[in-house]
Amino acid sequence: MTEAPPAVEVLGMTKRFGDLLALDGVSLALAPGSFHAVLGENGAGKSTLVKCIMGYHRPDAGRVLVGGREWAIGNPRQAHRLGFGMVYQHFTLVPSMTVAENLVLGAEDLPAVIRWDEERAKIDAFQRRMPFAIDPARPVATLAAGEKQKLEILKQLFLGRRILILDEPTSVLTPDEADQILKAMRELTEEHRLTVVLITHKFREALGFAREVTVLRAGRRVGGGLVKDLTRDDLARMMIGSASIPDPAARQATASRAIGLEVESLNVLNDKGTVAVRDASLRVHAGEIVGVAGVSGNGQRELVEVLARQREPASGAIRVGGAVYARTRAEMRRHRVFVLTDEPLRNACVRTMSVAENLAFRNFDDRRNTIGGWLVSRRALRAQARALIERYRIRTPGPQARLETLSGGNVQRTVLARELSEDVAVLIAQNPCAGLDFAATAEIRARIMGARNAGAAVLLISEDLDELLELADRIVVMFEGRLVHETSRETADAHTIGHYMASQP
Amino acid sequence: MPPATDLGWWGVVIAVLGGAARVSTPYLFVSLGETLTEKSGRVNLGLEGTLVMGAMSAYAVAYLSGSPWLGVLVAGAAGAAFGLLHGGVSTLPRVNDIAVGIALFLLGTGLAFYLGKPFIEPVAPRLPHVALGAWSASPQIRAALEVNALFVVGAVLAPLLLWGLGHTRWGLVVRTAGDNADAAKALGYSVGAVRTLSTMAGGFLAGVGGSFLSLYYPGTWNEGLSSGQGLMAIALVIFARWNPIHCFWVSLLFGGATALGPALQSVGIASNYYLYGAAPYVLTLILLIASSSPRHALAGAPSELTISK
Repeated sequence: MTEAPPAVEVLGMTKRFGDLLALDGVSLALAPGSFHAVLGENGAGKSTLVKCIMGYHRPDAGRVLVGGREWAIGNPRQAHRLGFGMVYQHFTLVPSMTVAENLVLGAEDLPAVIRWDEERAKIDAFQRRMPFAIDPARPVATLAAGEKQKLEILKQLFLGRRILILDEPTSVLTPDEADQILKAMRELTEEHRLTVVLITHKFREALGFAREVTVLRAGRRVGGGLVKDLTRDDLARMMIGSASIPDPAARQATASRAIGLEVESLNVLNDKGTVAVRDASLRVHAGEIVGVAGVSGNGQRELVEVLARQREPASGAIRVGGAVYARTRAEMRRHRVFVLTDEPLRNACVRTMSVAENLAFRNFDDRRNTIGGWLVSRRALRAQARALIERYRIRTPGPQARLETLSGGNVQRTVLARELSEDVAVLIAQNPCAGLDFAATAEIRARIMGARNAGAAVLLISEDLDELLELADRIVVMFEGRLVHETSRETADAHTIGHYMASQP
Repeated sequence: MPPATDLGWWGVVIAVLGGAARVSTPYLFVSLGETLTEKSGRVNLGLEGTLVMGAMSAYAVAYLSGSPWLGVLVAGAAGAAFGLLHGGVSTLPRVNDIAVGIALFLLGTGLAFYLGKPFIEPVAPRLPHVALGAWSASPQIRAALEVNALFVVGAVLAPLLLWGLGHTRWGLVVRTAGDNADAAKALGYSVGAVRTLSTMAGGFLAGVGGSFLSLYYPGTWNEGLSSGQGLMAIALVIFARWNPIHCFWVSLLFGGATALGPALQSVGIASNYYLYGAAPYVLTLILLIASSSPRHALAGAPSELTISK
């Protein structure tokens, strides 16, 4: 790996999806050994840009120059041959295969019959020159998220790719793992062994590791330059533009110390039958937000599924307001328990049903929404929907529009309207702002804080540590199914929590 | 009632073992083919139809040409054609491979019955066998240890398939398509093409398995020839955890269960013949219940399968 990466220039990249101009004349220059961050909110066109470069999308206009020559890149294989490699947000490893199998899998010249002794020697020699290494004999399914992300990067380098595009590579990592990987990438670029393009929405990563930055908003380049000349505020202004961000939600003092939700010695198995939640106990008081921090895949999903009755616990007790809570529909209603699940379109909605119907899941069988107690009144549902659409500013063609035609933020608002519009005693929320823009995020956080101020017991499970630090009164850390650390809002420290998330206290 | 032969109850054991080797061959071929197909991320439920189609075409070609091996080859080709149909249709958007499989199951059996009508009466040449029992003076042992050439082929094929899945480019690509379609796409492979080719190869093996039914055991062509063996072989793949070597042993187990009725009959116990005949079906049920769980997905299942999603 002595060959330096070639210079790359992207000129006037433009891509249209139907009526939507996803990318509007974006240019990018990558000198050999540069570390370039592309910063923007969801939907700003970051992924579209790199997918056009990698040959996944055919751009409507724009050129790519590699080593001073123009190339037409029609598919990812051509991009690979030019030295482009991409590391995706989600893993593209094959879980049932070993590290070695995953490494050789992408080789252009993979022989028909694989001599594993030779391949292993090659892998060992390669790993010695890398800033990190992973045992080639381990099955990928046994690797932690950080190791998988390292393997994704190793794979690209092993295949000889010299221009690496990292698409939000740290979304499943602890802060420490993210820093370690990005630092190693930075070193490789400083040695001119690699050019890195980092797609991110995190200021910290762009400012901490990249040398240059390009900011995208609504498909346009709205600013950028050398990172050393820019501040966080500059970048935030470019990213958000003129949109006003609501103030952070005000935390009011709440008096009650009554226990809203209580979980005791809860054990839950995952789909593979292994223990996902191990002996978890926690209490959430009325008027309190308890945050659960942790890297995705440490049992949070299973915990929420049990609380939402999508999964049966192996053992343990759940109590609401002091009474045993069996999570039946009648009990949910009596105890006023509401849930904002992860990926609401998949977990909490029927996408082909209308907005009005989705809004009525909790109460379509209430007396006020039925005629004679059993016949559902479409008119009552429509009236309810119109009121909620107005109050929660859901952007929809109307109450009868199918839910799947709404944007992600408006689906989230729809679920929020359904779960928060009534008097809430217990709220369970998982990653409520994932994938939403600044304005929608601020609004949803304000609503959650509002529920807390009104006396709800809120359990907030989030992979976004900043979100927890902003909202939670107490934070517990979940690692491999255990609650390994607890801290109050006053003593909470991102660094310490990060260590517990990787279980290296 | 004492056994009526000089070998006594040992005769039953030997007959079951010999029967296992004999009867297991179609199970073995179908399950190896289905393992390959499922490793690529598709389920082909149509293999029962392919099996029957293979049996019919092998018998017809062997009768018309006089060469049983040509019949085997044509049976494989017919199976591959059915695999191509299954793979091609399942690659279309919003087409469910299970539904296509059921359609092809019905099409295969129906077509075989229709085309096979003229071949029910004539006698075709049979496949040769290897006499593993030649050392023995006992005619029963000799009869039980007559092992068919196709069984030997299948027994060699199982470890070969396992090796191929781990040591060849094609093996890795097939497993990638079956375990993470996005990864296969990111590598630049066409997932649809990989799965279609795997389904064709699986169909070829199932067709060959069918030729065994008509050309060796029972060795005639009629409409009740398969009686669901192709479907049971698909269930067997689940129990074998998608491992070709396990497929071999589980096929022997199923073969032994099928041979139980005739073996008991040979020592004079004929009273519950049809009850023993149901043994493989009962075994299928028991194994499926034993290997299932309401709580978690099956270990080893390729994660792209529609049944494991």
